[in-house]
Amino acid sequence: MVRTVSLGEQILGANDEIALANRTALNRAGVLAINLMASPGAGKTSLILSTVAALRAEYRIAGVDGDLATSIDADRVAAMGVPAVQINTGGACHLDAAMMRCALEQLDLAVLDLLIVENVGNLVCPSGFRLGVHRNVLIASVPEGADKPYKYPVMYLGADAVVLNKVDVLDAFDFDMAYFRHGVEALNPGLAFFPVSCKTGVGMEAWRDWVRQQVTAFRQAEGAGYELR
Amino acid sequence: MHELAVTQRILEIALRHADGASRITKLNLIVGDLTGILSESVQFYWDIITRETRAEGSTLCVSRVPTRLRCGDCGHEFAPDGRTFDCPNCGGRRVIIMTGREFRLESIEVQ
Ligand SMILES: Nc1nc2c(ncn2[C@@H]2O[C@H](COP(=O)(O)OP(=O)(O)OP(=O)(O)O)[C@@H](O)[C@H]2O)c(=O)[nH]1
Ligand SMILES: [Mg+2]
Ligand SMILES: [Zn+2]
Repeated sequence: MVRTVSLGEQILGANDEIALANRTALNRAGVLAINLMASPGAGKTSLILSTVAALRAEYRIAGVDGDLATSIDADRVAAMGVPAVQINTGGACHLDAAMMRCALEQLDLAVLDLLIVENVGNLVCPSGFRLGVHRNVLIASVPEGADKPYKYPVMYLGADAVVLNKVDVLDAFDFDMAYFRHGVEALNPGLAFFPVSCKTGVGMEAWRDWVRQQVTAFRQAEGAGYELR
Repeated sequence: MHELAVTQRILEIALRHADGASRITKLNLIVGDLTGILSESVQFYWDIITRETRAEGSTLCVSRVPTRLRCGDCGHEFAPDGRTFDCPNCGGRRVIIMTGREFRLESIEVQ
């Protein structure tokens, strides 16, 4: 006899449960976690390095680097003298909550204020897998072109801030800034937006102020009231 | 993409809910177009990973949900034209994603 079992179960529900536990661990330790997502080469590691360099005197920072196979990025962060955990995703195109848990287990959260996560370079997959962080930041970069919000709306929708990196090369590309901004604003009106260059340092102060504000707000709220990211 | 990993999740969920049944014969999966999940790829992995499980030989029925946006200004619902999110009705530029992000196992048939 054939019978139908109604489920309506979210395929990634199990991931969300682990993500929630990760966030609880972070909240308990008072660590704000920010997840950086971008396409390959947009400047995730560059932004981490410059953020660490500028804010390390104010906050105890650590990095988590997701990478398909190498430890190049984590090594670069570790070379700055801050704790850095490498997660090799073994070919997977995104970090997931279980990988994040594994990274958290390798860190002494009690001695940290800020955790910056570099997701795997990809504009599709990371959006489906919550990690248990507090903030998602999407990094776009000028050479990628201005149409990305339209092509990857889910990534933009789940972002708490958008950084547009490599503005130093704007003149060399026909990047349509208004078109890009419209795409971001359509999905996320009023979203924090930071045009920067990790190379020249342009715009970085505004970005760092945003990070400071996030830490302050997180401490005031004691981790409460965040959407699961 | 990550179709192998999610296909394994689908199998886990199905097996967890198929207790008492000797066989899973059909699965109804709902997949929104914005997820980036390829139906063909899920099917490909499904046939491999279900071998020698209670779901071997089962039919994986994937219903795709197209992307629909709703204009934040006039409420008009429309499919994005692929180039902009502008509302074809009023030219509005704020949108809400109504459908396209679904990814769930709706039901299974067991015997
Ligand atoms: N011109 C210019 N180049 C930049 C800028 N930021 C980063 N780059 C360069 O872009 C390349 C990629 O930067 P990364 O920081 O490694 O990018 P990523 O996103 O971490 O890359 P993956 O981890 O490989 O996905 C490097 O060669 C950087 O030097 C910038 O603001 N301007
Ligand atoms: Mg990197
Ligand atoms: Zn409208």
